Amino acid sequence: MVEALILPLRLSGAMVRRKGRTIVGPVDHQVSATGFTIVMGPNGAGKTTLLRMMHGMERLSAGSVTWQVPERDARERQAYVFQTPVMMRRSVLDNVAYPLIVHGVRPKPARARAGAWLEQVGLSGLADRQATVLSGGERQKLALARALIRAPQILFLDEPCASLDGRAMRDIEAILRAAHAAGTRIVMATHDMGQARRLATEVLFVHHGALHEVASASTFFDHASTPDARAFLKGDILE
Amino acid sequence: MNELFEGLAEAARLIVTLDSDLIEISLRSLQVTVTAVIVASAIGLPLGAWLAVNRFRHRRTAIATLNALMGLPPVVVGLVVYLLLSRSGPFGVLGLLFTPTAMIVAQIIILTPLVASIAHQAMRDMWAEYHDLLISLNTTRWQRIRVLIWDGRRALLTASLAGFGRGIGEVGAIMIVGGNIDHSTRVLTTAIALETGKGNFALALGLGFVLIGLALLVNGLIHTLSHTEVSDRW
Repeated sequence: MVEALILPLRLSGAMVRRKGRTIVGPVDHQVSATGFTIVMGPNGAGKTTLLRMMHGMERLSAGSVTWQVPERDARERQAYVFQTPVMMRRSVLDNVAYPLIVHGVRPKPARARAGAWLEQVGLSGLADRQATVLSGGERQKLALARALIRAPQILFLDEPCASLDGRAMRDIEAILRAAHAAGTRIVMATHDMGQARRLATEVLFVHHGALHEVASASTFFDHASTPDARAFLKGDILE
Repeated sequence: MNELFEGLAEAARLIVTLDSDLIEISLRSLQVTVTAVIVASAIGLPLGAWLAVNRFRHRRTAIATLNALMGLPPVVVGLVVYLLLSRSGPFGVLGLLFTPTAMIVAQIIILTPLVASIAHQAMRDMWAEYHDLLISLNTTRWQRIRVLIWDGRRALLTASLAGFGRGIGEVGAIMIVGGNIDHSTRVLTTAIALETGKGNFALALGLGFVLIGLALLVNGLIHTLSHTEVSDRW
């Protein structure tokens, strides 16, 4: 069975307002079917809200976010890794198997597939441990395995490497590269300029809740067109 | 002070001689309260989780009411259940008044708000933690409640044990609807009330110590069986 493609994702005039303040928007943008998009911008620019809005976790105040298939089917083929991953109070293996089990896969095959994923992210030695005792890097790897186990067409990540050491970051980038090579569309927010340069094929630069600049990675890093983006790349502090 | 020692000695004598009346009323105490706790948990635990997961118009009022109902006076509950079950009451035809079933019904009414309220507090904290993940995974409301109950089962155990603690020591309601009838509806607490009234302090105290021991035993047993407070587990 060929799975219906949910991408491209189209945002038109999409806006999130809370308590009379505009957090993000209005955003007009199309997320194409392939690529590795990095969302950059200063703190509080609205990166997280933009990602959550695309994923359908924020109530829109205006505009629309439309997939190529009905919203309900599109939800099934997306995954999201949060900045602080949620550790369910169960074993590492059961954490990874949960998305399958809750969507109807029998526990035994679900656990087998979860075991295979733990192997891929390098956590197989910890399968029977309680997820709540994992370190920060291990938590992110668990969250990645849990997000990828249902083979999503698009994966959103919100600063998955914030406050991780070099080695954990390298492992996670390797997992993301493999997922991308396997055809997963990735949209990821990050603060880390080096990481952005290593991974991005496209950059969305967010500032004051607006999509300030959209460019291919090479164009953005070498010839950013807006002064704010150039200042940000230089390491200046943006107000 | 003397009465206390006499009470201890009486408790020891009752237990050592396996006093048949003691065993009968202790088992009935357990039967009534354990049944009531099971039913109250079956209603209260999902209700608590449901209240944690759902946002609706009068949610705050519902939770405040539930918390207030934790303090429901057993005597009043007993009286209302008595009136409902009495011959002239709406459920009189069932002939349940002065039976253990009536005592169970009264205790269910007393225990359910307590179990639900404690469960809701535990589930609310867990829901705050799980919220984003469960929304992102596109789970249904029922799936959310189920995962909260399963992953929070140890916290929920505390809610049920709190219900057991309140039920096993409760006397006001079961005295009214049960009638403290020997070999029929007499339980530890009503027996203590009776013996105290008769001036048999040693026997009353003895029964009291047995009651406390029973509560400790049940709690200890359940904690051991469920491996709570063991490191690396929830």
